[in-house]
Amino acid sequence: MSAGKVVVRGTVDIDIEACKGCELCIPACPPEVLVMSTEVNAVGYRYPELLPGCTGCRACLDVCPDFCFEVFKYEHPVEVDVGGSP
Amino acid sequence: MTVGDEPVRHQVGEKTPHLLQTGEHDLCPGCGEPVAIRILLETLAELGLTTSTIGVVGIGCYTAFARTLDVDLVQALHGRAPSVATGVKRMQPDKAVFTLQGDGDMVNEGLQEVLHTAARGENITCVLLNNGVFGETGGHMTATSVLGQRTKTSLEGRDAGYHGYPIVIGDLLARLEGAAYVARGSVQSAGAVARTKRMMRRALETQLAGEGFSMIEVLTMCPTGWFVPTASGPSYMEETLGQVHVMGELKGGA
Amino acid sequence: MEGSEAIAEAAIAAGCRFFAGYPMTPFTEVLEHFAEKLPAVGGVCVNAESELEAVGMAWGALATGARAATGSTGQGLSLMQESFSEITLAELPLVAFNMARGQGDYFQSTRGGGHGDYRHIVLAPMDIREAADLTQLAFHLADSWRTPVLVQGDYLLAHTAEAVDVAPLQFGALPPKDWAVDGSGGGTGRSAVISPLGIGKHNTPGPGIEGQQQAIAEKMSRIAAGEARVESGFLEGAEHVVVAFGTSAKFVRYAVRRLRDEGVAVGYVRPITLWPFPADAVAEAASGARSVLVFELNAGQMVDDVRLAVLGAAPVRSIGGISTDHSGFGVGPLLDVEVIAGRIRAAVTEEEVPA
Repeated sequence: MSAGKVVVRGTVDIDIEACKGCELCIPACPPEVLVMSTEVNAVGYRYPELLPGCTGCRACLDVCPDFCFEVFKYEHPVEVDVGGSP
Repeated sequence: MTVGDEPVRHQVGEKTPHLLQTGEHDLCPGCGEPVAIRILLETLAELGLTTSTIGVVGIGCYTAFARTLDVDLVQALHGRAPSVATGVKRMQPDKAVFTLQGDGDMVNEGLQEVLHTAARGENITCVLLNNGVFGETGGHMTATSVLGQRTKTSLEGRDAGYHGYPIVIGDLLARLEGAAYVARGSVQSAGAVARTKRMMRRALETQLAGEGFSMIEVLTMCPTGWFVPTASGPSYMEETLGQVHVMGELKGGA
Repeated sequence: MEGSEAIAEAAIAAGCRFFAGYPMTPFTEVLEHFAEKLPAVGGVCVNAESELEAVGMAWGALATGARAATGSTGQGLSLMQESFSEITLAELPLVAFNMARGQGDYFQSTRGGGHGDYRHIVLAPMDIREAADLTQLAFHLADSWRTPVLVQGDYLLAHTAEAVDVAPLQFGALPPKDWAVDGSGGGTGRSAVISPLGIGKHNTPGPGIEGQQQAIAEKMSRIAAGEARVESGFLEGAEHVVVAFGTSAKFVRYAVRRLRDEGVAVGYVRPITLWPFPADAVAEAASGARSVLVFELNAGQMVDDVRLAVLGAAPVRSIGGISTDHSGFGVGPLLDVEVIAGRIRAAVTEEEVPA
């Protein structure tokens, strides 16, 4: 990811302990801002982590079989600086 | 990455549908059934049916939700939910009555029941969770399993000569005059979920309008029963079950 | 009116407002009478497309708190057995009518033809008057115990006519059915589930599968201790006791009366509940007797319960047998007072009882 700004319209809180690592949310996310973690949760599953650029569209919430997502929409979009590639 | 002051935000949707007493369950990673159940529960709430719904639950993996659905329920036997739902609806005609059944339940054991209930035009809504396998017993062939599908009772893949052909239940039901709305959705993607939610709403609205029998079939992923990697559930569904049990409104609707 | 109609009238007098059934001889007329009478009182009768669906519909109606019933003849009840077992575990007050072909369904009715540990209360009327009364009692017992009750009838009862007036009987107050579902629990966190599994809900857990089965077994013990019903006669000085149930018992009573007139010291015991079997009454009657004779129109079923009750105090002999007409539905030559009297006479004089 190159340096620059990303418009963020929403965010999610992810219940990482409820996650069973099915990865259905990853392709479901239209702006592609969910990536699976490298860490694992208490039962050994990897879980999604949020990158900047969420639109609050709730696609992840809709496809998640384990009810892991709380989705929020910002009243006003926020511009976020993103640093260099990890 | 820098963020300014904490932005004002409002919640979109619910983490767990409020008609579930808890979101915890022991169904497999990547199972489509909880996704379909969310669609059902959100639709019931949106239609204002929370305190006027009675559900009849069949026997399958989804039976676990009989313990957590915060809806008045009757637990039925494998295949028998439509007749039980008929008795409930005849005695409580002003309530919304649904069945929640899997394909093994509805199309194997209970094929007769759903056909007769639809033919009679009973004003109930049958919700079919179709994953083309008997999930709870470990992955065996059902009447909806497709040709070539490998299960524990069709190890080389379902073969027409030996195992016969799948039953496309929605098509059968749509031919009955008593069936007013028959639709098939799926939950492998957010787009499919959105379309399915509209169908779920139309099915229940059909019941509320007293138009006759309604059925909403939802194709659900079962990577365990399909013996595919969890994340491959959606693509497997689209390539196999979804080619035979095709998404769309089969009767009634827009 | 014929027995089938009296039964339907009695059920409606008891408040039954849902019936589902499938035509089968000699039960069919019961379904016809319900189909005619229930709509007039705001009830529902469904001619189900199979016996299995009939009992399923009754299950659903019961879950809403309504008084509901189903029925068939023995073969049709065979089809309903899984549901009977599970309805018992779910503690629903089903009333089921067996208009049997003969008396060969004793085992099916009393052993519980389905799987698992359960019993049904079984009421066996001997005539139409009693069938009407026991039908009303059935609904009361079903509701008091929250358990299925089977009314054991037959072809003779179904198709004989008798002048009978069916007025509602009073059996005493019952608790409200607060366990029934009507949808109002939705979203409250305390919604209900009617289930044979006893699991309950996340917020309101039940006893679990084992706990539920144990609770039902314990309930059956309490029913067994208190609900046996029996009728007997001519036991004073009886040297031989004849045990019979249902319509054939009425013939046996006539035969016993005739034999007493001839000076034969015979009496009878007539179980009215086949389960709980009135073992105490049979044991008491047998305690002073030289033999116990069992007359039933089958290859020997109730005789097992008689033997268990008598426990060797006197020899127990079957003097009945399979006897039906050419259709297999109805009455055979054995159901005849002369024939029965002859068999009793032969048994008490230690002659061979003809097969």
